[in-house]
Amino acid sequence: MKIVVLVKQVPDTYEDRKLDTAAGLVDRGACEPVLDEINERALEVALRYRDGNKGTEVVLLSMGPEGTASALRKGLSMGADVAVHVLDSALSGADLGRTAAVLAAALRATGFDLVIAGNASTDGGGGVVPAMVAEHLGLPHLTFLDAVEISAGTVAGVRATEHGSLGVHALLPAVISVTERSAEARFPNFKGILKAKKKPLQVLSLAEIGLDPAFAGAGRSAVVTAAERPARTGGTRITDEGTAGEQLADFLASARLI
Amino acid sequence: MSNVLALIETTADGRIRNTAASVLAAAAKLGTPIAVVATAPGAGAGLAAELGSLGARQVCIVENGQAGSLLATPQVDALAAAAERFVPSAILAVNSVESREAAARSAVRLRAGLLTDAVSVRSDGGKIVATHSVFGGAYTVESAVEGSPAVITVRQGAVEGQATPTDAAVTILSAVSAAAASAAINRIDDAPAASSRPELRTAAKVVSGGRGLGSQENFVLVEQLADALGAAVGASRAAVDSGYVPQSHQVGQTGTTVSPDLYIALGISGAIQHRAGMQTAKTIVAINKDTDAPIFDVADFGVVGDVFAVVPQLIKALEARAG
Ligand SMILES: Cc1cc2nc3c(=O)[nH]c(=O)nc-3n(C[C@H](O)[C@H](O)[C@H](O)COP(=O)(O)OP(=O)(O)OC[C@H]3O[C@@H](n4cnc5c(N)ncnc54)[C@H](O)[C@@H]3O)c2cc1C
Ligand SMILES: Nc1ncnc2c1ncn2[C@@H]1O[C@H](COP(=O)(O)O)[C@@H](O)[C@H]1O
Repeated sequence: MKIVVLVKQVPDTYEDRKLDTAAGLVDRGACEPVLDEINERALEVALRYRDGNKGTEVVLLSMGPEGTASALRKGLSMGADVAVHVLDSALSGADLGRTAAVLAAALRATGFDLVIAGNASTDGGGGVVPAMVAEHLGLPHLTFLDAVEISAGTVAGVRATEHGSLGVHALLPAVISVTERSAEARFPNFKGILKAKKKPLQVLSLAEIGLDPAFAGAGRSAVVTAAERPARTGGTRITDEGTAGEQLADFLASARLI
Repeated sequence: MSNVLALIETTADGRIRNTAASVLAAAAKLGTPIAVVATAPGAGAGLAAELGSLGARQVCIVENGQAGSLLATPQVDALAAAAERFVPSAILAVNSVESREAAARSAVRLRAGLLTDAVSVRSDGGKIVATHSVFGGAYTVESAVEGSPAVITVRQGAVEGQATPTDAAVTILSAVSAAAASAAINRIDDAPAASSRPELRTAAKVVSGGRGLGSQENFVLVEQLADALGAAVGASRAAVDSGYVPQSHQVGQTGTTVSPDLYIALGISGAIQHRAGMQTAKTIVAINKDTDAPIFDVADFGVVGDVFAVVPQLIKALEARAG
């Protein structure tokens, strides 16, 4: 089985992330770029299947700027076999629609039985790219899965919904996405890091995956304005000396919150 | 006025979900609201009056034998059929997992631009503009779509008010979904909320607990304070990971985003990913025994103290006032 894991490099969420308010784009220089944590979990789901099923190939696929290679190396050091990076100057500022179109075209080029993505990225956060990729490919999407069961020809899973839970299944090929409940990711070990340096990392342009850089005829979204909100500041702070509960009740009453 | 489609969510047994009012209210800001519902054949007739009372000028029922048994594609096919009939300038859906994916797949099919998680929408000289709150509310971003229609998902609870009630005209269309392009639903556990507490996402008050509570048994303290205030119960990811509460309570970047009048954080350090889900609350209160906890940087009222001492006293004081 060939499993392609969709991975994205994002600004580290442990730092204050910045928007370039003039361009309306993520300021990628402001924070350390990292492999999105949710994509490590998606990769873990693929690696666990490969651990139990010889002959499984795990491919990483990412669309992103130059530095994306470091996120792909991280995934390779965790155990993925090969990586594919779609890199093209025409893609700077790509919206959700373009991102999905590019990933779908790249998937057609690489071939796959199963596509595994994160449920939502921590920067764009749309939580829609996997379903959009599935629509391009005319395939089922089984997304936001807390638990996944992969077998030779099928995939099944459970999704927590706003109202309870849902059991879903489909024949392969299919596109799935997993949540942070799905699998705790393994750490790359020393051997893995050494091996990753020698694993193939293929870079593809839009022309190489057969896409027109003008995306003629497709609607697109664009940022019109972006503004930073004033940062919040701390207010009153007291140390409990036996009456803090009562003082807090006074505060809530004076703020008309009780 | 141009037509605006609003995708209506239904329960497993075909009733209209309570998200309908807000998505219709958002649609009414942009044009003539048309409710679109995917239903089993013959099951939609009773829905028109209710959707009209919520402001739909037209109700477009798209009958589909697979509604309820295939994931999302019956909704995608319903939107595609309705878009062909009504040629809308915009298509709106709730930003729930289910509806936003249906909207996103429709955007691909209609080759339309997509905007997700709008907190408000407006029409600016014929151009549709959506406002988003990004990076945990640190930025306000406005965006627009080139080309028509604009497909927009709207954050639950963000658009308030209700569109003017009407006697909606009904159109019935039919659609068939391609099974090969859909996941099958084999089990729906659509449990009615077991709790009498308000819903986390839209609650006016939220009390959240973190790893500082120490155990599932101790987490009851969070629930007791929530009940004394009539608040919803939230949690940090660490509290969820430790098994104190189910994931549906998680507040933060990868959990629910809340924006209540009052947010009380108990035994939560205030990691940046937690703050991303609550820092737009009007008033923030924190109780933490570590003076340096980052939660105090965003708290309007901070108590450096032990939750097991402060919270019981607070509950007593609240009960005394309630008299
Ligand atoms: C990609 C990503 C996404 C994430 N998403 C989220 C998210 O959505 N939501 C989220 O919450 N986190 C999220 N996190 C995790 C986040 O980084 C923190 O690990 C988490 O928020 C910590 O939870 P906590 O504050 O309960 O635990 P801790 O950081 O361990 O803090 C516990 C606090 O309790 C205090 N305390 C202990 N005992 C007492 C007592 N008796 N009385 C008073 N105070 C006491 C301690 O002083 C401490 O400050 C995410 C992380 C990543 C990498
Ligand atoms: N540029 C990208 N390259 C590769 N995968 C992506 C990209 N953007 C999104 N994805 C995948 O889609 C998931 C959900 O992303 P999003 O819809 O942006 O929230 C991510 O976790 C990735 O698995």
